[in-house]
Amino acid sequence: MYLRRVKSNGHDSLARANGDSVSRAYTPLFAPPPVDQVAVEERVASLAKRSLKKGAKVAGLKLSIRMMDLTTLEGKDTPGKVRALCNKAMHPLDSDPSLGPCAAICVYPNMVKVAKEALRGSGVFVASVATAFPSGLSPIEIKLDDVRRAVDFGADEIDMVIDRGAMLMGDYAKVFDEIARTKDACGKAHLKVILETGELGSYDMVRKASEIGIAAGGDFIKTSTGKVQPAATLGVTLVMLETIRDHYYATGRKIGMKPAGGVRTAKQALQYLVVVKETLGDAWLDPDLFRFGASALLNDVLMQLEKERTGNYQAAEDFSKD
Amino acid sequence: MKSMTVSEKSEAQKSTKDLALDFGRAWEYAPSPEATDHVKIEKRYELFIGGKWVAPKSGKYFPTVSPSTEETLAEVAEANAEDVDLAVRAARRAYDGVWSRMRPEERGKYIFRIARAIQEKARELAIVETLDGGKPIKESRDVDIPLAAAHFFYHAGWADKLDYAFHGRKARPLGVAGQVIPWNFPLLMAAWKLAPALACGNTVVLKPAETTPLSALFLARIIEECELPEGVVNIVTGAGATGAAVVDHPGIDKIAFTGSTAVGKRIQAALAGSHKRLTLELGGKAANIVFADAPIDQAIEGIVNGIYFNQGHVCCAGSRLLVEESVHDVVVRKLADRIKTLRLGDPLDKNTDIGAINSKMQLDKIRELVASGEKEGAQLYQSTCPIPQKGYFFPPTFFTGASQSSRIAREEIFGPVLTVMTFRTPDEAIEKANNTMYGLSAGIWTDKGAKIFHMATRLKAGVIWGNTFNKFDPTSPFGGYKESGFGREGGRQGLSAYVELDG
Repeated sequence: MYLRRVKSNGHDSLARANGDSVSRAYTPLFAPPPVDQVAVEERVASLAKRSLKKGAKVAGLKLSIRMMDLTTLEGKDTPGKVRALCNKAMHPLDSDPSLGPCAAICVYPNMVKVAKEALRGSGVFVASVATAFPSGLSPIEIKLDDVRRAVDFGADEIDMVIDRGAMLMGDYAKVFDEIARTKDACGKAHLKVILETGELGSYDMVRKASEIGIAAGGDFIKTSTGKVQPAATLGVTLVMLETIRDHYYATGRKIGMKPAGGVRTAKQALQYLVVVKETLGDAWLDPDLFRFGASALLNDVLMQLEKERTGNYQAAEDFSKD
Repeated sequence: MKSMTVSEKSEAQKSTKDLALDFGRAWEYAPSPEATDHVKIEKRYELFIGGKWVAPKSGKYFPTVSPSTEETLAEVAEANAEDVDLAVRAARRAYDGVWSRMRPEERGKYIFRIARAIQEKARELAIVETLDGGKPIKESRDVDIPLAAAHFFYHAGWADKLDYAFHGRKARPLGVAGQVIPWNFPLLMAAWKLAPALACGNTVVLKPAETTPLSALFLARIIEECELPEGVVNIVTGAGATGAAVVDHPGIDKIAFTGSTAVGKRIQAALAGSHKRLTLELGGKAANIVFADAPIDQAIEGIVNGIYFNQGHVCCAGSRLLVEESVHDVVVRKLADRIKTLRLGDPLDKNTDIGAINSKMQLDKIRELVASGEKEGAQLYQSTCPIPQKGYFFPPTFFTGASQSSRIAREEIFGPVLTVMTFRTPDEAIEKANNTMYGLSAGIWTDKGAKIFHMATRLKAGVIWGNTFNKFDPTSPFGGYKESGFGREGGRQGLSAYVELDG
């Protein structure tokens, strides 16, 4: 059931260097279990009703900060903006040094050097989107070059996008290939595979893409670019976590999960953590295996933490908008 | 790359087979109890007869105990035959004098009023249900109370449309209905019984279970506030003897009973040859059938919901899991991990999944059957969750390797205990599923719609769920085959239990 990368003579057997199409040979293996939409949504709706009070709320929110990939992915990004965000990632709230730091900063390749410099010695990673983000519709050589350069600039983590067109056409081998080659191009950098679930249309397709992303070498699977609606939802997150669980049962390898886009409130963040806790357990309640891709989330979490600490809501203006 | 020897390979396989998820204490939920201070439970409850709260002629009262704390919540009047007689007379007067003569749309208005009042007092009722019965507040809040209101709403709508329910035949009420209900869904069962009876123009003497009388008494107060004509609904509390007095009373025209098959048989024997009509909703040992092509992760949720919902105190619980042999190991592994995440404890805590077993007697019965399963050689899987010191609790449990003939595969346990068995072909699944004296419900899990229909036509069960379990709706008839009883509740079919048809 699980497709693994097979290496022979140092070359990826699925690579198309010689122009052979391997999709026919491999397609039958991509037959993941079906997913029932109604039951998935029922399950996450019931998990979302968990009541988190006091200590549990504070602990969950503090954990969520350490899991954040603080993100800016805009055409108008500048070094100044990125530096400000890095600062926020290292010291989410100046008045409380116990908070944070965030797990990573997520930026475009051109901003990697700036971020790397700003974060030096902080332990905060730099994640770079690459592979012709967000559409991924460029020649593979350009996408791989994109990855290598981002890694050269100092990226610790690469957030790639899959070719959704190929996925929807049923050319799973192409999707697999590109991920496998991207993984090679990453070198030591961790690879997060963005499925862009909002374009896949069904949980069955999300499950299938998750299997491919994991089998082809992804260290993390990630829901969304943030450029497409809907982005992360509890439902797709559950389906992806279930894929990760099956992979763990089969191989013992722990794959990470990153919902991105659409997680804006502290309440939502806690709901995601509940889904993780009750699907995969303690090991995944860790920034090494679970991340939030978010920009607006952090300030809402800080506001809720301050409310828990002081008993009062602070004004939105009391938190820096970086 | 060094190639692995066969023994190394099997060693590696073994190690991944043993991998289990760790649901420990990395992030614990703080207690989140539902506040109870606004709910006032009286020290003592009398009988509700003829629109008044009257002391029992028996002079006796019995305590109702919270199964999660073992504390007495209130003392409740114990009705004897004399009290039951008064209740039946009051119901007869109300039937002859008011209720059967009332314009149907007026009757409907009263029932709508009850439905709305249940919604208004939903929180209070949910708390009472959880305190008295031990079920998790999330279930009484999200299932029992909303469904109870839904049953009154649904049947209120039928009250003035009965002429259209039976294809040109005129429907007339039966008279006085005696209704005896169980402790697993106290208010919901009261609603299932009262709503169709009232909508069809009958009056009622209702006896709630002795371990869970409180929500029915709260409902009596609602009925009082809704200003139903006195005597239309009478509530007599007590144990088996009170129930027998209702069943045996000659002034009653119809008996509706939900409870154990043993008591159901006694009732049917007692009514033989009498003019009384009877419907019985009794025990079950439902097969939940999981095919290899099912959405397995969702099927796991369905299995959990099928057997651990309401601590397994559900007559239609999916207590026999039939798994296609090729996915047995996968399902068992996932289920073993899943039951670790079920949160057992204070039923009032909003995060509790498994509440208290309804009574000490029921807990003893569950323990006895589980012990017999172990003795008969089945393999036991049980959550190691902490069990509260006080109260009656039993951890979520399942057995594998049980034989079709073992007690845990044949007897209704009525607790959070599942028996897992396998099948190889659809025919074998049908044969095993039907190989029981019961026939209340069944579940089918497969990604193939046609297979669901094919299986459903061959299963001898009154309710069949496809890719879901334990879903209830007032529009859908519910009832059993074989020793699970006869008659239907809910839907158009449910009305026929409370009417006489002309022509």
